Amino acid sequence: MAKKEYSFYPGCSSERKASASNYMVSVEAMCEKLDIKLNEIPDWNCCGASIGYAEGGELPRHVMNARNIALSEQNNPGQDIVATCAACWLGAKETADRLDACEQLLADTKEVLQQAGLDIHLKNETPIRHMVEVLIEDIGYEGIKEPMVKPLEGIKFAGYVGCQTNRPFGVDGESFENPMYLDKMVETVGGEAITNYEKKVTCCGGALAFSEPEKSQKQIKEIIEAAYDQGADMIVTPCPVCQMNVEVYQDQINKHYGTKFHIPVTYYSQLLTVAYGGSAKEAGLNGNIIRAKRLEDIAAK
Amino acid sequence: MSDVNTAMVQKYRNDFLKEVEENVEEGHWVKMCMQCGVCSGSCPFGPHWDHPPQEIFMMIRAGKRDEVLTTESMWMCTSCYNCIVRCPRELPITHIMHGLANYAHRLGIAPKMNPTRRFAGIFWNNIAKTGRVNELALSLKLYFMDGFMSGIKKGLAMMSVGIGMIKTKRLNPFALISHKGVKNPKELHVLLKKAREIEDRRKGIAS
Repeated sequence: MAKKEYSFYPGCSSERKASASNYMVSVEAMCEKLDIKLNEIPDWNCCGASIGYAEGGELPRHVMNARNIALSEQNNPGQDIVATCAACWLGAKETADRLDACEQLLADTKEVLQQAGLDIHLKNETPIRHMVEVLIEDIGYEGIKEPMVKPLEGIKFAGYVGCQTNRPFGVDGESFENPMYLDKMVETVGGEAITNYEKKVTCCGGALAFSEPEKSQKQIKEIIEAAYDQGADMIVTPCPVCQMNVEVYQDQINKHYGTKFHIPVTYYSQLLTVAYGGSAKEAGLNGNIIRAKRLEDIAAK
Repeated sequence: MSDVNTAMVQKYRNDFLKEVEENVEEGHWVKMCMQCGVCSGSCPFGPHWDHPPQEIFMMIRAGKRDEVLTTESMWMCTSCYNCIVRCPRELPITHIMHGLANYAHRLGIAPKMNPTRRFAGIFWNNIAKTGRVNELALSLKLYFMDGFMSGIKKGLAMMSVGIGMIKTKRLNPFALISHKGVKNPKELHVLLKKAREIEDRRKGIAS
């Protein structure tokens, strides 16, 4: 029997052949080693992400998230909802907060969900959490360390927390300006954390990397530069959008700014999976466009 | 859409603050701003705003309706939430900016060619269609939004990124045909239509 069980909201980017499919692969491997059981919310839908507001407005956006919460309460009663994607976590949690604070919005949402026979189930008492919260708060750093068989010795990680796995809700009561959980996680599995990484919580542009590429790539350039400044071997992040933005535009940034960036951008779950003895494939390392060679080497040992 | 705008102008006359409070998401917070400027200084895209949030709040109170609703400023919000966590008065600034952008868009007076406004529309239609993001369709729609030749050009510029994503199995080149969303997209369409109707009714916007 699994030690911990959660209602899981994987989100669009984690689907097979989607932009964070390798994140999902590593989360599955990591959770297996930690004896965490994830029960996927059946038929979940997109959270609306951070760009959904402009066309979607208020109520339609909250209905998207409320539908997921209702489906979770109906199918996985009593289980906390856990998301691996920053936007999914934020979207669902924001809706839950807003429905709690505004009776009118809650009544309207219920009226809409009734059309799908979901109204009576929306109690909205379910905690909505990020996977890193599960690791830190429920498993604990000691627990994270327990399954470790291969410490990530000699690798220097720039822990790029980014925005939405930090703001506005915060993780484990840590500071918004300098959260330490990612560094602590790195050190827990034997890696070297760059604790004075200057761009730890700087925005990569998010969805605007698509619509305002030049402005966003300037942000990304600074995020990568600061990692190199501290001698990082690779960047590690908890966010699918951060991962993609910081990894895939390096060639374009090099062309535009004359830089020579070529730094891997990994997920915390990839680090843990490798430290737990998982293969490169189980850690989804074959999904990194810029290969994290030194992690692959440890995985192959 | 401009009829809706005219109706709102007539309804609120010179009281733009009241219009914002009654129609913009979290708009009732605007009068709480004490003009310290921390939000403007904290914004990653700050230099690209014609009017940073602090100024927007003052302009709303000064009744500068057209200037606020037609500016590109709010469309520079990356949703990083820096302003929210730093605001000493705890205004939900990010949400107010989103709300203003959405309101201007609904009134039909938001800047037509703003790329984020256009991308946001493509994104919402993408997710509303099947319930889940179709990343291939989203990228293609974005590249080709200015026509075929421009799309080819942008597509070529992004070719190496796309190939990298396909090679690492992080982009499905066949997603236009094989993408799957929720089991019953029609039911989702009903929910979203109903939600829009209620929202429009509450805000006095006839759709």
